[in-house]
Amino acid sequence: MNTMIVNREKITVPPAWEKRTLLDFLREYLHLTGNKNGCGIGVCGACTVLVDEVPRRSCITKVETVLGKQVLTIEGMEQNDGSLHPLQQAFLDAGAVQCGFCTPGMVLTSHALLLRNPNPTEEEVKQALKGNLCRCTGYVQIFDAVMKGAEFYRKKEGKTDE
Amino acid sequence: MSKAWRNDGYAKVTGKARYTDDLLCMDVLHCVPVYTDFVHAKLHHIHTGKAEKMAGVKRVITHKDILGTAWFGQIFQDYFMLATDTIRCNGDVVALVVAASRQEAIAAAKAVEVVAEELPALTNPLEALDADAILVHQSKGSNLINHHKIRRGAPTAAWQECDTILERDYETAPVEHAYLEPEAALCIPRDDGVMEVHGSMQHPFSTRRFVAAILGTTLANVEVITNPMGGGFGGKDDTAAIVCARAALAAHLCGKPVKITYTREWSMRESYKRHPYHLHYKIGLKGTKIHAVECRIIADGGAYTSVTPWVTWRSTVQCCGVYTVPHVHADVYGVHTNNVFTGAFRGFGSPQVNFAVEQWIDECAAAVKMDPVRFREANMLRQNSVTITNQRLDSHIVSTAQVLDAVVSESDFANKVSACSYGKGEKLYGIGLALVYRGCSLGAEGMDFCSAIINAQFDGSILLDVGIHENGQGAESAMILLLEKHLGVTRERVRYNRPSTSHIPDGGTTVASRGTLMGGGAVMNAIRRLKEIIATALHAENGCAKEDVSFHDDRIWFGADSLSWEEAMKQMYLARTYPFAFGSFAAPRVSWNEETGEGDAYFSYVYSCQAVDLEIDAKTKNVKLLHVWAAHDIGSAVNPQMLKGQIYGGIMQGAGMALWEDLHQQAGCIQAKNFHTYRIPRTTDVPKIHISIIENDDPTSPSGAKGIGEPALELIAPAIANAVYRATGKRINSYPIQPKLKGMTL
Repeated sequence: MNTMIVNREKITVPPAWEKRTLLDFLREYLHLTGNKNGCGIGVCGACTVLVDEVPRRSCITKVETVLGKQVLTIEGMEQNDGSLHPLQQAFLDAGAVQCGFCTPGMVLTSHALLLRNPNPTEEEVKQALKGNLCRCTGYVQIFDAVMKGAEFYRKKEGKTDE
Repeated sequence: MSKAWRNDGYAKVTGKARYTDDLLCMDVLHCVPVYTDFVHAKLHHIHTGKAEKMAGVKRVITHKDILGTAWFGQIFQDYFMLATDTIRCNGDVVALVVAASRQEAIAAAKAVEVVAEELPALTNPLEALDADAILVHQSKGSNLINHHKIRRGAPTAAWQECDTILERDYETAPVEHAYLEPEAALCIPRDDGVMEVHGSMQHPFSTRRFVAAILGTTLANVEVITNPMGGGFGGKDDTAAIVCARAALAAHLCGKPVKITYTREWSMRESYKRHPYHLHYKIGLKGTKIHAVECRIIADGGAYTSVTPWVTWRSTVQCCGVYTVPHVHADVYGVHTNNVFTGAFRGFGSPQVNFAVEQWIDECAAAVKMDPVRFREANMLRQNSVTITNQRLDSHIVSTAQVLDAVVSESDFANKVSACSYGKGEKLYGIGLALVYRGCSLGAEGMDFCSAIINAQFDGSILLDVGIHENGQGAESAMILLLEKHLGVTRERVRYNRPSTSHIPDGGTTVASRGTLMGGGAVMNAIRRLKEIIATALHAENGCAKEDVSFHDDRIWFGADSLSWEEAMKQMYLARTYPFAFGSFAAPRVSWNEETGEGDAYFSYVYSCQAVDLEIDAKTKNVKLLHVWAAHDIGSAVNPQMLKGQIYGGIMQGAGMALWEDLHQQAGCIQAKNFHTYRIPRTTDVPKIHISIIENDDPTSPSGAKGIGEPALELIAPAIANAVYRATGKRINSYPIQPKLKGMTL
């Protein structure tokens, strides 16, 4: 099997790309450049994408290991009508964006957390985002954004807001 | 809480924002730098033959290929783009390899052979001025970059009058900017003969100078276009401009677009750092007043001058903190070594002196058995006080008491001080604070003016250009919000033009927390002119006196009647008058006497106080920050959420510097090569941060705003050191503190 699903679309992977990193494949082959290369060694989190809803460092993930799986990148977060995902809107409203280089990874890691746990404590948010570095914001407004964005996931689960 | 807003927010949160490496370009070639293992060496030959024959390689470039000048520097031109005859530090680049793909270029870079003769290296800045010191630049005859002085009062005699004298030494470490996006450049030789430059750099005009110089062409033949930039913090000036210049040279030589994207390792190896300082202070008290200060400060400038004279000049002006001192004898030296060079970094010479001063202030208070807050109150500058450079602070509100009071009361400082551990217990608790001021903008460091263009269109939409740079701080958004507030239009009406050096005059660099102040000043001036142009052209036609034209609620008012911007701009065009205004703002004059250190160093100052409490596990010695209380007088707040973002970010960057960030060099080589060994703050390090914004509109700033980028960072380190002292009973006079604590017995 030499296919994977990227942002809900089936993609056939040319054999030459299978040994390359997922980050290079996304950026250079699919031109999905929202995913960034900050360190190249899987430490900073700027390259984070979700593979079957779990955050993965695409800069140290080989393409062949995600064949047959579902990949979600920041480009896939947008709603079908082109509007922002409520979590993205929460990032904007909270002032959680400065230079923006870490933002795609932050949004995706937060998305994975909230899918799993739509009612996190601030401590759980910190733990989930521990592997995503940001040099601009001091993180505080990112925590605010995730706590605010969580409301949407709770509603989606049919639970009450509180 | 009000919602934040920024003009580039949508693009950044969706991944659509295209940073330099994200720009796609047909037939682009890839270029990579070639380093050597040397720290100091005489360069004999660079053999490129083997590399040139490798797959995909288009060209290997050495200094011989440079068309214009090979030497750069904003102050002194001693920094080369490609090494010529000497290697002066481990970050020096000797060649560039251009290939069809990045992989091929990286492979071929390893095949470039360098023949060089190793020379002994100077890596200890304290030895730089010795008579027999190794010379980093033979032609200079000395390793001295600069010597700034302050000679105030009669310190020699004053020591006799002091009843308490303290002497202390401090040391600060080099620090990596750690912007998340490594340097990158894409240069396109255009069909009109212009070299188009896209780069991850924070000074487009400086970059343009570098590119034009290396190509041997004019400024008009180079267009630097700004793209989203993944962080700068002062670090994307010289090195980032050089990366652009290299890409431009390669593009010119190959006749094709060329991209250079740095790896984190190259970035950390080559880019300049924050200056490490050695500071010696002697402080004399007369009763509870600071009477005399003598200090000798040595800053390691590394192999190249960069902005060392300016960085150390700020340290000189602020070397006694925010206090009145009648007798001062200060010597501040910038020196060369063969260490990786140092340059601009958020704070720019203030974090180092603050780290020293705000610790010895606490120690002085203790020496005279006085509460540290009361001692600061007894000595701090107030309205109409005279600084150590003999500047009377009468042009703006001096808010030392306001910021100090805010932090002391918000943090319940007095009660928390009495709960400190001083080394007793398992969980050691401590609280500390720091109080500082900071000169606004560049001061006597450099050219300080900026411009803005407001170009209203036929349909009522508005184009805005400002000569400042978006570093991620929200500079563009702040300028748009000034139009909203003062031109009375909605932000949706305004399009911030993607900045280009070909569209607006050189506005200087967006550093020194000057973006909002200087850019805002220019925008305010352009707004005033545009209003005048519109009122003059349209008042008669709309039946009112010129004075009765006003601008609010997204309309233009003629007495009680009003027009939409759509209608009014149509009228302007029919009247054959362009609704176009150019505004500029020049910083008020400042002055400086190099011999005495006297002068009105900065036209205004900001005042800040921060306190921090923390807990140290007596066994593991791990420091955990609990709370930070920050009070900042920023003049006037333009974009409150972005302002808070600057403060949170500055505090955490400062905390990283104070506690963890360890960029030590061994024999001139940086040991930490990536984020796995260079530990910047993570989410789990973040304490509760309480912010008090104090607004005293600054009369010298047309928008009332001053700046916050650097004030937020520059004082948390001494506050942490003071808290560590109250927790452990031990003074730590160097940062990073955490590794020092690990080696101590508590």
